[in-house]
Amino acid sequence: MVVAERKPIQEIMEMVAGYNKILLVGCKGCVTVCCAGGTKEVGILASTLRIARKKEGKPIEIVERTLERQCDPEYIEQVADVVERDGVEAVLSMACSVGPQYMAKRYNIPVYPSLNTTFIGGSLEHGVWAEFCQACGNCVIHHFGGICPVSRCSKSLFNGPCGGSSKGKCEVSSEIDCAWQLIYDRMIALGKLDELTKVFPVKDWSTSRDGGPRKVVREDMRL
Amino acid sequence: MVVFSYPIALLAEVVSVEFQNGGTSPVEEPRIIAFCCMYCAYAAADAAGSMRLNYPPNVHIVLMPCSGRVDDLFILKAFESGADGVYIAGCEEGSCHFVSGNLRAKRRVFFLKRILEEIGIEPERLEMFHISASQGGLFARVAKEMTEKVRLLGIIKWNKS
Repeated sequence: MVVAERKPIQEIMEMVAGYNKILLVGCKGCVTVCCAGGTKEVGILASTLRIARKKEGKPIEIVERTLERQCDPEYIEQVADVVERDGVEAVLSMACSVGPQYMAKRYNIPVYPSLNTTFIGGSLEHGVWAEFCQACGNCVIHHFGGICPVSRCSKSLFNGPCGGSSKGKCEVSSEIDCAWQLIYDRMIALGKLDELTKVFPVKDWSTSRDGGPRKVVREDMRL
Repeated sequence: MVVFSYPIALLAEVVSVEFQNGGTSPVEEPRIIAFCCMYCAYAAADAAGSMRLNYPPNVHIVLMPCSGRVDDLFILKAFESGADGVYIAGCEEGSCHFVSGNLRAKRRVFFLKRILEEIGIEPERLEMFHISASQGGLFARVAKEMTEKVRLLGIIKWNKS
């Protein structure tokens, strides 16, 4: 999932400082799962903003909605009545950064992001999420025992650890496992350690961000 | 007020309405809402009554099936609706009827204290207490101490309209 976290309240307060009525719109997709922008978080942020603005003597009216997803135009359309006929002055999106961009594309009023989109990852336990993918566009994890060296090694190394690997940890932080230690241990467990002798050439990053914004087209799916 | 089975949003509204209507305390007294677990603190409030102990009438008690049922939104709604202070009273650590509800409530209080601080509201206006069913005296003392503390912090004027 896309993992995100809420921006500091003060930053959000500054964004909406000039408005008296806004639409706060959450997303039932990834950000609901990582507890950043679902119905519950929309309620908490709306209530917090109302309290803060009441305190400043400038009450704000907040319309709360949560859409199925904010990365599909069909769902964005579902708030047209609120945005176009309800006197809403701005939209505050609680989706990953795709959501506010779709909102801004569809509606001709200011749109603000209330989350920082952080990474593609998964949950380690309740309340803890970690990065597992960098969307490099050319998956290679099957060569490394199912562990991604691109996202989980701080240097994205393909041919073994650097000199900063110590006691299974990365020199960047003692909280980060050395991905190459994990790969090494995993390959031993699989009985495939010899496969690590294969030398990988320099990665072609053109499938990643180096190739510019990417697009996937499925001709068979198009209408 | 018994609020066992309401969905979160409705319960939050109920808390708001209850609070707005339940203004039995004088205006100059702080309004405090206490979310009390039915297995411990709520019974302790009963015990305090049986023991003829006085505690401030401005503490509004909301009966909860467990302190772990107290949602972040209930607390924010309470402040939004005119509360000067809010506290959750749950079982002693290790005694929760639902194993860890009181510990979860404690973490939520910690999380919400940070939010309150971010918007310039004293985090001391929100507290978590552990009171067992037999501690009627402690219930009355906590109610008094919380009222006294919130009175010193001051009555919030801007959320009374």
